[in-house]
Amino acid sequence: MSKQRKAVALISGGLDSMLAAKTVMEQGVHVEGINFFTGFCVEGHTHAIRDKDKAKPKRNNSLWVAEQLGMKLHIVDVIEEYKNVLINPRHGYGAHMNPCLDCKIFMVNKARQWIAENDFDFIITGEVIGQRPMSQRKATMPIVAKESGADDLLLRPLCAKNLPPTLPEREGWVDRERLHDITGRSRKPQMVMAEQFGFDDYAQPAGGCCFLTDKNYSAKLVDLWQAQGNKEYELDDVMLLKVGRHIRPQPNFKLIVAREEGEGRFLQGYKNEFISMNCISHSGPLVLIDGSPSAEDLYLAARITARFGQGRDAEQVDINVMQTDGSERTLQVKPLNKQEIPEEWYI
Amino acid sequence: MNKETLNARRLLCPLPVIRTQDKVKQLKAGDQLEVICTDPGVMQDIPAWCRINGHKVLETKSSDHDYIIILEVGA
Ligand code: SF4
Repeated sequence: MSKQRKAVALISGGLDSMLAAKTVMEQGVHVEGINFFTGFCVEGHTHAIRDKDKAKPKRNNSLWVAEQLGMKLHIVDVIEEYKNVLINPRHGYGAHMNPCLDCKIFMVNKARQWIAENDFDFIITGEVIGQRPMSQRKATMPIVAKESGADDLLLRPLCAKNLPPTLPEREGWVDRERLHDITGRSRKPQMVMAEQFGFDDYAQPAGGCCFLTDKNYSAKLVDLWQAQGNKEYELDDVMLLKVGRHIRPQPNFKLIVAREEGEGRFLQGYKNEFISMNCISHSGPLVLIDGSPSAEDLYLAARITARFGQGRDAEQVDINVMQTDGSERTLQVKPLNKQEIPEEWYI
Repeated sequence: MNKETLNARRLLCPLPVIRTQDKVKQLKAGDQLEVICTDPGVMQDIPAWCRINGHKVLETKSSDHDYIIILEVGA
């Protein structure tokens, strides 16, 4: 009897990688999933933060996919290593701060290391030629295979028939005839396949799998890097960019204003690391001050904080200012009116 | 049988799942692990991870701001 072959599938939590894994499982290959946590993944953190997301099921889509497919899933923390991908992408960024091509190369390379360590035979991804303008084009397919070092151990079951045969196909570990030839941006073929396999309720995140494809998020990341004068970041920094309204009145400081209770609770956890403000004469949101504000800047920040509370139309409100060492004082300020906060302050 | 505790407070999903996964790798079948978290998302994610990977959830509970899951490592 021939040896049962083993493959690891990159699982993003979306439909394509789910279908790719399933296609190969159907051919009797043992498939396990691998999911990389970069710190920018859309699911996970966000549902934990915003109250408005509470109605949605709090599932992790990658775990859900693995459970539907009946396969093991290995979630790998790549937060530290990913910094180099995002800070210095050799192939540049996509429409926003998404370094998709470098990201793909990085993840396939990590998968290649994983199969070597775990005695697996090949790698599966859900890539489709022409699906994404930057990272999933015919020209980029060999780049990912080559630069990741995976070469022809990388099988893309959804578009394999449009690509040269890989080792798993040539060796007969999988039957090329039973792979697919999907191209282009249409989602139709995937939806038909999903129906055939009986998958419904799969995740279809509008902006893709990570915050880096989001215009507003990317603007906040660029602002962070500009303000600090370099492209470094820590996990907490990128987490905070997902939360609240960010307002930068001056290059040396910005405000992070909680938009609702869930965000307020989340920001509470950062009160030891940032100066924080909240209105005590009226109800209002918690605000963190990031940067190094002068006394005058804090006064302006307090007036902005007042603008977002119930006392916005009052002549004067009391704003509590708490330093990172826990010391507190109260500033009496007149709330800024709407026109006094220029659009360009909002990041 | 070993009983261990993992403090995953302040971590947001999927980090508590990743820390659980990494800890379980160091344990033996039959060992128990208590994971203490603050992200309510773990009540969904850690049991799902256990089902997929063949571990058994013995108990889930919450107290104050903590969410606690006790699991038994599978074979
Ligand atoms: S969308 Fe994000 S996770 Fe997906 S390939 Fe692009 S950079 Fe990587």
